[in-house]
Amino acid sequence: MTQPLSPQFLPRDQLQRLLDGLHQAGHKTYGPQLCDGAIVYAPLNTVEELPQGVEDHHAPGSYRLKENGSQRWFDWVSTPQGIKPLLFKPREILWRATRDATGAIHFKNPENSTEKVAIIGARACDLAALALQDRHFLSIEQTPDPFYAERRRHLFIIAINCTRAADTCFCVSCGDGPKCEHGFDIAMTEIEHGFIIVSGSLQGKQFIKPLALNSADPAQLDEAAQREANATQQQRAVPSQNMRETLFNALDHPQWDDIASRCLSCGNCTAVCPSCFCYSEQAAPQLDGNSTEQLREWDSCFTQGHSYMHGITLRNDTRLRYRQWLTHKFASWHDQQGRSGCTGCGRCISWCPAGIDIIEELTILSDNRGVADDA
Amino acid sequence: MKINHNRPTVAVHKFTSCDGCQLAILNLGEALLTLTELVEIKQFAEAGILDEHATVDIAFIEGSISTPREMAQVKKIREQSHYLIAMGACATSGGIQALRNMSDGQAWIDAIYASPQHIESLTTSTPLSDHVRIDLELWGCPVSSHQITATVRALLFGVLPKIEHDKVCMACKRSQAVCVMVSRGEPCMGPVTNTGCGALCPQFGRGCYACYGPAENPNPNALASRFEGLGMSASEISRNFLFINNNAPVFQTIGQKYSERRDE
Ligand code: SF4
Ligand code: SF4
Ligand code: SF4
Ligand code: SF4
Repeated sequence: MTQPLSPQFLPRDQLQRLLDGLHQAGHKTYGPQLCDGAIVYAPLNTVEELPQGVEDHHAPGSYRLKENGSQRWFDWVSTPQGIKPLLFKPREILWRATRDATGAIHFKNPENSTEKVAIIGARACDLAALALQDRHFLSIEQTPDPFYAERRRHLFIIAINCTRAADTCFCVSCGDGPKCEHGFDIAMTEIEHGFIIVSGSLQGKQFIKPLALNSADPAQLDEAAQREANATQQQRAVPSQNMRETLFNALDHPQWDDIASRCLSCGNCTAVCPSCFCYSEQAAPQLDGNSTEQLREWDSCFTQGHSYMHGITLRNDTRLRYRQWLTHKFASWHDQQGRSGCTGCGRCISWCPAGIDIIEELTILSDNRGVADDA
Repeated sequence: MKINHNRPTVAVHKFTSCDGCQLAILNLGEALLTLTELVEIKQFAEAGILDEHATVDIAFIEGSISTPREMAQVKKIREQSHYLIAMGACATSGGIQALRNMSDGQAWIDAIYASPQHIESLTTSTPLSDHVRIDLELWGCPVSSHQITATVRALLFGVLPKIEHDKVCMACKRSQAVCVMVSRGEPCMGPVTNTGCGALCPQFGRGCYACYGPAENPNPNALASRFEGLGMSASEISRNFLFINNNAPVFQTIGQKYSERRDE
């Protein structure tokens, strides 16, 4: 273990030097940028590309940006997607096969990316979700996923401590935020004139050292602590960190039908959820029939294919599909990983085109009087 | 059903349509050369190959049935073809021209044409499946070139092609597009539409037009309520559903419900 550096102060106009350091070390850097009315992660070259003085406002089924006139670059809270797509690619080729003139078939690995990637902007909920994805894709009981593992090894993370919470955030109740405690190389808190910066790994330390920064003074640390405290003010909370018994006892709750009448079964919630890991595979043969690619794509418990077996779709309606999503995330995840699969990022609430709020649904589902009333 | 020949024969027929699906075949580029090596094309008007009476292993039909002549012709093609494939929105659901089914077709003909007696047209535009047995339906307006090559490839392997069942939203999220409904309050038909285009429109920042028809397990009522929540009028909502695939029952029921509400 390395001794973390004591918190240092990075003046705002010095952030570019940190980016330059990453670029010089060969990292392709992803950072928040304005695109199509949202703040999304995209390749970042200069700090000029960062969204300055822009806040994101979230509500069930709604996301809007608002300028607040500040100099700060990280006044937004959550991006439409977290770290997930950088490691668990939405579409990826697993292998190729070709048939030669004699009819023999040859299998080939796809070219694995060994690109070094750095991400700047990850939040505490994203780091917690990354740990869940690691547990799934790098599990030693199963064979670790070589594609994920390769990219994971090359990922450098600069986390940002939240200084405000969106209306949809509930990481506090999940025990996963808002402060970034571990799982990063560097963590920063943005204050009026720059950043409080700390290292979380040896590598992180190596990128901070050459910047020759001063230790943060008590006033700066105080300002950072106050801003971080803002983010703990959250409007939503999970009824409990362990809803396993509650949900498994509510499998016949009438609320599932009520949700099914509103849910589009579109899969947006699972796609934006930073911990969801389901995928499907298919063969994509070339027209000449002499070569094929095995393609893996994000799947969701809201698709028909997800529960299709030998001519039967087990979960053939939205009631069962929504129930699978919620009971996996908040109940059977405990059996798989010893905790809930939700880190409180709120993405599934904001990005649900139907505006379905899992907190509201979980609250109703934990109230078993509902069952009695309707019975 | 299996294709037995070494080099199967293919026909591409056209009924009431815009030719866009035929273009999806013509636009295959290099793959078109591969295709002509794998199969023998007997009829494909857009490419200048004409033998509409040829008996073939695989027949693609673009277009809906909207004239008495087409009604007779589709039955003949059925007899001549081993596999009959409905290609595109017109052939699978009746197309945009099926809007006529909801109004007085004869009145329009009388109002528009100087000599209406020369117009020989049915009062409806209907999908092929209303008239003959169809082996496969490829939805889309137009179909994508990939659907065509994947279908031919699968049939040559002796299997049925994989039919896409995911909603446009799934393809939208795989492409990392930002949801236009959530971020801008724009109506999008993605949540009730089958993918096939790879969520083309949302990637260009606009809502889906439902070109690929109703998805499996759709919830049009919930989407329409959402549109109401976004402030759309009943007539706007009905027009979103009564568009390219207006005659598909899932879209027609909800579209007409909102269209009647407008009339109230
Ligand atoms: S379930 Fe929802 S709030 Fe929880 S981690 Fe997933 S997207 Fe975020
Ligand atoms: S089953 Fe559903 S909730 Fe569970 S990981 Fe898969 S997509 Fe996510
Ligand atoms: S809960 Fe919302 S995002 Fe999830 S499938 Fe239903 S409508 Fe789509
Ligand atoms: S833009 Fe349309 S297709 Fe994409 S997620 Fe939103 S509703 Fe679905």
